[in-house]
Amino acid sequence: MAAWTDLLLILIALTNLAMTGLSSLGTCIRVMAIQGVMLGFVTIGVRHDAVSAHILILVVGVIVIKGLVFPRLLLRGVREANVRREVEPFIGFTMSLLIGTLGLPAAIWLGSRLPAIDPTVSPLVVPVAFHAILIGLFLIVSRKKAVTQVLGYLGLENGIYIFGIALVKEATILIDLGVLLDIFVAVFVMGIAIFHISREFDHIDTDRLSTLKE
Amino acid sequence: MDLASVIHPLLALTLAPLMLGVINRVKACVAGRSGPSVFQTYRDLRKLLAKGAVYSKTTTWVFRAAPPVTLAAILVTVLLLPLGSTAALVAFPGDLVLLAYLLGLARFFIVIGALDTGSSFEGMGASREVQFSALAEPVLLLALAALARETGSASLSEIYAGITATVWAQAGASLAMVIAALLAVFLAENARIPVDDPNTHLELTMIHEVMVLDNSGPDLAFIVYGASVKLWVLGSLLVGLMTPVRSEHVWLDTPVFLLGMFILAVLTGIIESTMARLRLLRVPQMLVGGGALAVFALVLVLR
Repeated sequence: MAAWTDLLLILIALTNLAMTGLSSLGTCIRVMAIQGVMLGFVTIGVRHDAVSAHILILVVGVIVIKGLVFPRLLLRGVREANVRREVEPFIGFTMSLLIGTLGLPAAIWLGSRLPAIDPTVSPLVVPVAFHAILIGLFLIVSRKKAVTQVLGYLGLENGIYIFGIALVKEATILIDLGVLLDIFVAVFVMGIAIFHISREFDHIDTDRLSTLKE
Repeated sequence: MDLASVIHPLLALTLAPLMLGVINRVKACVAGRSGPSVFQTYRDLRKLLAKGAVYSKTTTWVFRAAPPVTLAAILVTVLLLPLGSTAALVAFPGDLVLLAYLLGLARFFIVIGALDTGSSFEGMGASREVQFSALAEPVLLLALAALARETGSASLSEIYAGITATVWAQAGASLAMVIAALLAVFLAENARIPVDDPNTHLELTMIHEVMVLDNSGPDLAFIVYGASVKLWVLGSLLVGLMTPVRSEHVWLDTPVFLLGMFILAVLTGIIESTMARLRLLRVPQMLVGGGALAVFALVLVLR
């Protein structure tokens, strides 16, 4: 049980790393979908001592929304916005990969500064959560396209989610479900916003929005 | 010194050209051709050794020294390689660094030999070879460092004796990442397809092949043989990880190892048949990706 939870957590960290190095928007969205599915299974792995109906609802919700609904929404957004299917980073892919790699030691250090958590929870949970949060933030600031910023936001939220399932016990199910709903609405709104930005300006480069005048 | 330690160097020296043959045969089969015999490399070597060498007037002794020195450096690395739980002929703490730098020495001489001809194509090949291996070498060392940390020893023989099924069960994820990183190094250092195409005959895009355009006869035989032994050396680092059979029994370990090498050759052939070459600009990205995996593995075992 613990072994495959660890494996899933490492795979989640690797999908985050892949996000920093991949250049095709479609692949990025699919990697995020895979991460969403793994996130659902990690929930069972981390909470294997108390699998209840609530947790199963959460798992199904996470897998359906993050693994199926979001990728569909985003892929449709990219298709309809008719933009170039490349990520267009401010910071090059090689540099991004290096930063993503250095994020893991940073996350482990951050995790070691926290008071020790429940020893039954895998020691990888906190570093992986911090790593996801760091990479999510990095993707938001280092990519031009609105779609990649949504992906960064999703990665960030996935990190917070992992943190949540490991640290807080019973009350979180409701909170997690609420957060999932919020994220759903947010991605939905962002999908519409991307479509509108591209219809008005023929592109979805957010850096060019900053030069708008009244 | 154990008599069983002699087995691996002997196998490496005799079977290395066969591995090239297997790769080419697999590529031919996937493409639907019958392909050359798996022993073709041996025939090429015999043919080249029987010929005389031609030297350009613009070259100096450096050009003549390069092939023998390259081959010698690569042959010495064979002595450092363990087979299963059998220790290598030469084993001491830190020999993994010696392995990396013997390969570096071999590369250095091939590069200055290429530069010595004064050909612009060979200069280009040399520049690319150095650029890519500058990225591949840290990946190799980081991957070996992760293994050294995992098994708690700094000698290749002890590291590979320590990679057992138990270690795989404990730290399988790290080992898998190390294998992926080493595979990137294996393909880049041996000029296999995602990095360089061994069959290409367009000087502008070649890397390894373009550097040896001016070598002929026995010199070329040394280089071809050296390249095949290098393929075996880096391949055996990979296979040693992938086959965690450590029975203390050389007669069981050896067939398992040889089967692993055969599978690796088939795998390389399949990779070469199914993948296109990466653009030259993308190759560093692949190697940095391998490096990222190696760092991940190292961080996970250090934690």
